[in-house]
Amino acid sequence: MIEARGLVKRYGSTMAVNDLSFSIRPGLVTGFLGPNGAGKTTTMRMILGLDAPTQGSVTVGGRSYRDLPAPMREVGALLDAKALQGGRRARDHLLCLAQSNGIPRGRVDEVLRTVGLEDVARRRAKGFSLGMSQRLGIASALLGDPAVLIFDEPVNGLDPDGIHWVRTLMRALAAEGRTVLVSSHLMSEMALTADHLLVIGKGRLIADTSVDEFVRSSSQQSVHVRSPQAAELAARCREAGATVQAGTDPDVIEITGMDSAEVGKLAAAHGTVLFELIPVKASLEEAFMELTRDSVEYQAAGATR
Amino acid sequence: MTDATIALAAPDHRAAFRPATFGDVLRSEWTKLRSVRSTFWALTMTVVLGIGLGVAISAAAAHGYAKSSVSEKLSWDPTGVSQSGMLIAQLAIAVLGVLYISSEYSSGMIRTSLIAVPKRGRVLAAKSLVFAVVTFVVGEVTCFVAFFAGQALISGHAPHAALGDPGVARAVVGGGLYLIVLAVLSVAVGTLLRHPAAAIACMVGVLFVLPGIVQALPDSWRNPVTEFWPTQAGSQLTSVHIAAHSLQPWPGFGVMCLFVAIVYAIAWMLLDRRDA
Repeated sequence: MIEARGLVKRYGSTMAVNDLSFSIRPGLVTGFLGPNGAGKTTTMRMILGLDAPTQGSVTVGGRSYRDLPAPMREVGALLDAKALQGGRRARDHLLCLAQSNGIPRGRVDEVLRTVGLEDVARRRAKGFSLGMSQRLGIASALLGDPAVLIFDEPVNGLDPDGIHWVRTLMRALAAEGRTVLVSSHLMSEMALTADHLLVIGKGRLIADTSVDEFVRSSSQQSVHVRSPQAAELAARCREAGATVQAGTDPDVIEITGMDSAEVGKLAAAHGTVLFELIPVKASLEEAFMELTRDSVEYQAAGATR
Repeated sequence: MTDATIALAAPDHRAAFRPATFGDVLRSEWTKLRSVRSTFWALTMTVVLGIGLGVAISAAAAHGYAKSSVSEKLSWDPTGVSQSGMLIAQLAIAVLGVLYISSEYSSGMIRTSLIAVPKRGRVLAAKSLVFAVVTFVVGEVTCFVAFFAGQALISGHAPHAALGDPGVARAVVGGGLYLIVLAVLSVAVGTLLRHPAAAIACMVGVLFVLPGIVQALPDSWRNPVTEFWPTQAGSQLTSVHIAAHSLQPWPGFGVMCLFVAIVYAIAWMLLDRRDA
């Protein structure tokens, strides 16, 4: 359980996180979603006691992170897979972390096996690919067998096999009753992994909702129609209150504000011939972009959709 | 690796864990220190420079003794001559101390470390203690070997010292004590400045550049600075012959300890307050 109350982080005149309140529940994978620069990492750093909030507070299991008696036993975190000293062997890296929290030595080999790095345990981490570093970072998060896990962009740099593995791991961790918070800027990734979503943009909370709810509420549905009497049907739909867009093809129209059944009935009632009647769902990616359109930090000129 | 092989205990297997202790952090910092190559090289440099230069300078000074002036003969300090390699060897300790923490900043490891041990004062205290103990052991071995080898070369050519002579044992043991305080200073400076290059430059400035520049100043300026400059004052503990305008061994060492304590306190405070 992670709870934030009125969390604010200001760097000079920049509001990195602006009045963020949420609670993250156990047994679910919570996706922390937002465009680059939205404040995801800053929020995670505040949860983990690396940054002090300008205002507000955040607790893990009811306590501020710095007050946890053995933090790695309660919270496992992976912020940056490259945040390690490359001159140290993978096993020694995990060993020094385990020792700092009084975690038995045997656990190091266990987590190395879990992430599939047992064969390179004696290699120095600087020779690791980004994917291997991610696995090592995940191993360090699992060391203390914690009830709360926090991962910042864990699939970055992983191959499809690795992505699938991380996804399965997150789901399994949540299924065991743990609290799992995973950040990402990819909606499509979250749709496959998360149960719940926290969406932020420019440091503000935009949505705190289940994935299903998010899909239902924010995906714009439209109906694609091809008909030789398209103009006629378009006029009737407008009368019924729908919005109609005509394409380059005079026989094709896109109707929003009515579902395919309503359009079909309307056509039948007037004897309109239909060649195509297709309900079109906006993709999750589009829904996410729609939601965060106003809060993208860096936008390419002319790329405003 | 397509199917997750998750060898994790279910959460209720999480046996009641004990709180992490300072001893845990000490063990962790010892693992960190011994598991990077720079430690081995820096400590080897300390031993090689301390003994090698000490032996070479002892041999040269012993042969030059007969031709030296009366005043030079009066200030002849065979202990100091045999320990003179430590003047350079201390730089290896200072660099290693700085890197011990600042390389965590440059690599990002510090974030991983502070997530593991959010009580940040413990990280600094454990690093300082582990490094001080390692430095003391290596420093004493180096000082004693340099002393005995140096005296063996001096004897027969010039008056040599024995551990039983007044102040000699204190000066040789003092070499290791001086290095302990220097070790703590370099860890504190590394913590304060966070950038390896800046922190190493700072230590070189403190140890060599400033004392060198001071030599160009008029006496009225030079003497008090030489007397109280922390590393100069502290190194009085390692001399048997007390030159003019320098503190007595223990008060001098006290000045250095006080200075390092202040730097350490500032480092501790900033480490605790700054965003990592």
